[in-house]
Amino acid sequence: MNRIDETFAQLKREGRCGLIPFLMAGDPDAVMTVELMHTAVAAGANVLEVGVPFSDPMADGPTVQRASERALASGMTLRQAIELVARFRRDDKITPVVLMGYLNPIETMGWPKFAETAAAAGVDGVLTVDLPPEEGEEAARILKATGIAPIFLLAPTSTEARARLAAERGGGYLYYVSLTGVTGAYHLDPSAAIKRLEEMRRWVGLPIAVGFGVRDASSASALAAVADAVVVGSRLLEEIERDPIHASSQVAEFLRSLRSAIDSRTEDRP
Amino acid sequence: MGGVVNKEIVLGPRGELPDARGHFGRFGGRFVAETLVPALEELATAYENARNDPHFLAEFAADLTHYVGRPTPIYHARRLSEAVGGAQIFLKREDLNHTGAHKINNCVGQALLARRMGKLRVIAETGAGQHGVATATVAARFGLACVVYMGAEDMARQSPNVARMKLLGAEVVPVYSGSRTLKDALNEALRDWVTNVRDTFYIIGTVAGPHPYPMMVRDFQSVIGRECMHQMAELIGRQPDVVVACVGGGSNAMGIFYPYLPYEEVRLVGVEAAGEGIETGRHAASLTAGRPGVLHGNRTYVLQDENGQIAATHSISAGLDYPAVGPEHAWLKESGRAEYVAITDSEALSAFELLCRYEGIIPALESAHAVAHAVRLARELPRERVILVNLSGRGDKDLGTVLAQVKGGA
Repeated sequence: MNRIDETFAQLKREGRCGLIPFLMAGDPDAVMTVELMHTAVAAGANVLEVGVPFSDPMADGPTVQRASERALASGMTLRQAIELVARFRRDDKITPVVLMGYLNPIETMGWPKFAETAAAAGVDGVLTVDLPPEEGEEAARILKATGIAPIFLLAPTSTEARARLAAERGGGYLYYVSLTGVTGAYHLDPSAAIKRLEEMRRWVGLPIAVGFGVRDASSASALAAVADAVVVGSRLLEEIERDPIHASSQVAEFLRSLRSAIDSRTEDRP
Repeated sequence: MGGVVNKEIVLGPRGELPDARGHFGRFGGRFVAETLVPALEELATAYENARNDPHFLAEFAADLTHYVGRPTPIYHARRLSEAVGGAQIFLKREDLNHTGAHKINNCVGQALLARRMGKLRVIAETGAGQHGVATATVAARFGLACVVYMGAEDMARQSPNVARMKLLGAEVVPVYSGSRTLKDALNEALRDWVTNVRDTFYIIGTVAGPHPYPMMVRDFQSVIGRECMHQMAELIGRQPDVVVACVGGGSNAMGIFYPYLPYEEVRLVGVEAAGEGIETGRHAASLTAGRPGVLHGNRTYVLQDENGQIAATHSISAGLDYPAVGPEHAWLKESGRAEYVAITDSEALSAFELLCRYEGIIPALESAHAVAHAVRLARELPRERVILVNLSGRGDKDLGTVLAQVKGGA
C-alpha cells in the first residue's frame, strides 16, 4: 500500500476531508520549495502536489504559467524536481507527494527511467495533465510497476465510460477539475460541483480530490462535505508571487484557515 | 466543379491514416487535459457525419467556388525557369484565393461545421495573421462571433493583418506569455476553448493539434492537390516530378501532398524555415533539427531543449515560426514518403525578389521558402523535368518586413 492509499484510508477512518496544496517546484527556488512543503504539512496538508514547470502549460491559467516561468528561470528541471522530493523525504517519511506536470519533459527522460528515479526519491503519484487515460495505458503500467500511482483527471464533461476508464487505469485518487476552465479561475459553483461529484462517486471507487477554482475557506468547506480531498493551488502561488521571502508564513496562515473550514464540515460527511 | 456533392470529389478519398484514435504511425493522437476530451469526441463525430452528408459537401463545394474563387490556376513560371536554367517551375496560385492564402479553404469548412454544430462563437490562433484574417472573414460571412489570439510580437510584425481582422469584426487578443508568437497564441486559444467549450468552436489553422484536427484540416485543404492532379494532366499531360511546399504547421503542404501520396513517382518536398541558419540555433525547422515529443495535443517532431522544454524559434516569416509540425508530416518523414529541407531567411528573401522581378508575383515570405528550394532543385534538374510549387499566399502583408531588411542591408 503506498502512502496515498494509507493517507486516504486514514482520512476515511477519521471521517475527514483531505487538504492538498499545490506548489511549483523551483518557485522561487528549490530550497524555498522544500521549506514550503514542510510548512504546508505543518499547517495541515495531507498530500502535496508539486508542479514540474513546463514552457507551454496549456491547461493552466496565468498564475500557474507565471510560476512556471519563474521556476524555469531559476533553472528548475524534471530531474531537480525529483531531487527536491528526495530532500523533502529525508525529514518527512509519511506525507504523500504527487508530481504534477506535462508529458514532454517526462517523455524526454523516458518513462521507465523517470518512474525508477521518482520512486527512489519517494514520489508517490504522478499526474500528467496532457495524458488522458486512452493514451496513458503504458505510462500507467510502468508507474504502477514501481509503486507509483498514475493519477488521472475527471472533468464536469467526463462521461461515465471515461470516468470508469480513468479509475481503472489510475491509482491513488482521481483529480476532479471542478469547472471547465484553466487553473486559478474565479468562479466555482460548489453546488453544481457537489451534484456532479455525487454522480461520479457511483461510477468510481477511488477517492476523489477536487481542484480548480478553490480560492477561499467557504468554497473549500462547501466541497469538503462531499470531496475526499480539496486541492488548492493558484491562491498559494499568488502569495508566493507577491512576497517570495515571507511566503512561508502567508502560506501557513492560509492553509490553516482552509484546514479549519474543512474540518468544521466533518460532521456533515456521509 | 460547382454543384458536385460526391464526397470523393469534394473531400477526396480517404487513405488508411490516421487510425480511429488519430495516430499516424507513432505520431498524432490526442494529448489534452480531460476537460477537452469530450469536446474533441463531439467534434470528431460531427465531422464524420458532415463529411458523409451531401448537403454539407454541397455547401462546402459551393463556397469554395463562389466565395473563395476556386479552382485556383496553375501558372508556368517560364521567365523564372529560363533565368534559373533548369527544370520547369509551375506555381499553384493559392495566393489568388479570397483573403490571399490557402488558409480560407479550411476556415470555410470549419465555419460550416461550427454552424452545423450550433456553436455561434469561433476562436482562432494566428501567426502571420493569414489564418486570423481567414477566420475573421468566414465569421463575418456566416454571422459568427470571432476572437483571434495573436502573439504580441507577431502583431507588431504583421500589423496590416491585425487591422484587417478588426475591420472584419473580430476581436484580436494580444498574447504576452512565452515567446509571444504562434505557439503562445495556440496555448491561449486552447485555454479559451477549455473555458468556453460549450458554445465555442476552435478553428485551428493548421494540420496540428489533437485529433481530429490534423485529419480534418488536411481533408479541407486537400482540394489543392486534387485540383493540381486535374490541372497538370490538362496542362502538360502528366503529373509533376516534384511537388514543393513550405512547412510551418504544414497545412498547405498536406493539402497539396495528400492526393499525391499514392503516386510514389512524384517526389514530395517540404521546406522548413532555417531562419538565420540551422547551426545558429535560430530557426524553426522542427523536422530537420527537432526530435519527437508532445506539444499542443499531438506527438510529433518538436524543437526542444535537453530537458524537454519547448525551444524559442525564429523565422523571418511569422507563418513558419512554430516549434512543432503537423503529425502527418512527422509520419511522412519517418516513412520516407516525403523529404524535408530547410531554407534560410536570406535565401527566402532572394527568392521573394526573383519572383517579383521575373514573374510579377509578390509571394508571401512563407511561400518564398518553397520557391527558394524549387529554384535550387531546378538548377540540378534537366529542362524537361517539372517542379510544382504551392504558392500558398501573397506577400502584401510582408512588405514592411521585406523593406526593413533591404534598408537594413541584411
